[in-house]
Amino acid sequence: MTKFKKAVVRYRLPFVLFWVFIGLWELLIRIGNYPVYLLPGPWDVLSLIPSRLGDLWFSFALTWEEAAGGFLASGAIGIGLALVFAISPMIRKCLLPYVVLFQTIPIIAISPLIILWCGSGQFAVCVIAFMICLPPIIANVTQGLISVEQNQIDLFRMSNASTFTLLFKLRLPHAMPSIFTGLRIASGGAVVGAFVGETFAGSSSVGQGGLGYAALYAQNQTETAYLFALILTSSLMGLFFFFIVSITEWFCLRNWHESVVADQPN
Amino acid sequence: MHANATPAEETTSAPKQPAFVTVEGLIKTFPNGLNVLQNVSFRAMAGDFISLIGPSGCGKSTILRLLAGLTEKTSGTIAIEGLTPHNAREITSFVFQEATLLPWRTVEKNVALTLELEGVPRDQRKEKVSALLKLVGLEEFSRLYPRQLSGGMKMRVSIARALASSPRLLLMDEPFGALDEMTRNRLNEELLRLKQQQKWTAFFVTHSVAEAVFLSNRVLIMAARPGRVHREIAIDLPPVRTAETRESPHYLELIGKVSAALHEVHG
Repeated sequence: MTKFKKAVVRYRLPFVLFWVFIGLWELLIRIGNYPVYLLPGPWDVLSLIPSRLGDLWFSFALTWEEAAGGFLASGAIGIGLALVFAISPMIRKCLLPYVVLFQTIPIIAISPLIILWCGSGQFAVCVIAFMICLPPIIANVTQGLISVEQNQIDLFRMSNASTFTLLFKLRLPHAMPSIFTGLRIASGGAVVGAFVGETFAGSSSVGQGGLGYAALYAQNQTETAYLFALILTSSLMGLFFFFIVSITEWFCLRNWHESVVADQPN
Repeated sequence: MHANATPAEETTSAPKQPAFVTVEGLIKTFPNGLNVLQNVSFRAMAGDFISLIGPSGCGKSTILRLLAGLTEKTSGTIAIEGLTPHNAREITSFVFQEATLLPWRTVEKNVALTLELEGVPRDQRKEKVSALLKLVGLEEFSRLYPRQLSGGMKMRVSIARALASSPRLLLMDEPFGALDEMTRNRLNEELLRLKQQQKWTAFFVTHSVAEAVFLSNRVLIMAARPGRVHREIAIDLPPVRTAETRESPHYLELIGKVSAALHEVHG
């Protein structure tokens, strides 16, 4: 059987279920005759999209920038901090508990503070996305860097390898799968962070903003069909993010790591 | 094949030759107070192949780690050509219990690791690695990743990596313990063939009496709690050993002798 056929078989049921769900939803709308501002049907949403494609794209681009910005910054700073934690057990023991603690703070609770300090707008939203992405990256990467087998460390010690050689030739490649786990969790968080951030700090001009701001605005205007379109766009962005991280992961680990090569026949 | 291999050629300790490795009154106590090694002394001449065998907890792996400078002694002397283990690392290689390959590196990159860490230039590395892979019969597999290899092949890569830095002291901590008997026997023969060519001195930890007798010219039987050398048995088989050696009566007799000594320790 070809790969394509296998994929079709594997995804057939979820695919069928999707159309059944959409069909039932549309049927419910037609029979029940609910007002469109309360529950729009799939067709109401779909027929709205072409006319508001410009607005959707504008919001998408804005939110994308914030989510990507926060994600990339947290990736760079998170991996950097984890490297420091791997070199110095002292620093790690002092700071890692705070990383865990930081994770338990609801970001929504401190977003007013961030807006107070950074002002409303894209930068504040970026910072909120960044703060949501950072802890899972630090936690996963640190775990990957320090969970190296003692024998492998001894192997490097036999060649009198320095701490930095050990870090870049052993710990970092060993941590690659964990780095991608952290990035994948963060990629979901980035979109959520940007969306939620925008509902607080979304826009500097009324009516124009990212997906989160637009959703709030649509809710106030009872443009429920457009709200659904915005939700759909946000989901697509999340998927797209996830897809990019997964592709990069596959590319980096394709030769050696079980999580990626497991599907191949031996 | 071993027509000219007479017992006279054996590497038994000649009294005037200075020892290559000297261990005297070695004591190792773990931080929790456990007495791992109590007053261990032995010497190894250049070219010796010494197996350490004994019940678990007798400190045989600890002896290897001490010789490698991977752990610190509590008291006593260890000298490798007059150097401390730490300073002798340049001439020492360690083969670990598992192959301990780096999964993100291909076979050839794994073998090249120690050379890379020692700063050997790339083209020299390449030349040496391909020679070593040929020596262990893996030249066709140089571009594969460890996950694509069998257990025996992984161990071959591990040995090639250890030999890459041209060691004069080879420390092997039960390298073939996880392999099936046929693979283990074949690798034993290959190891001796490599030794014929390269003339290193070896310490070999094992649980297999047959393996110890086949490989070594001396077997140290160790006792546990506290870890100490119980007895030394000289293996006076001809230095060139092949699969047929395993069928010779003298080989079987020596296995009986080592087994009996092990029973004294266990009993």
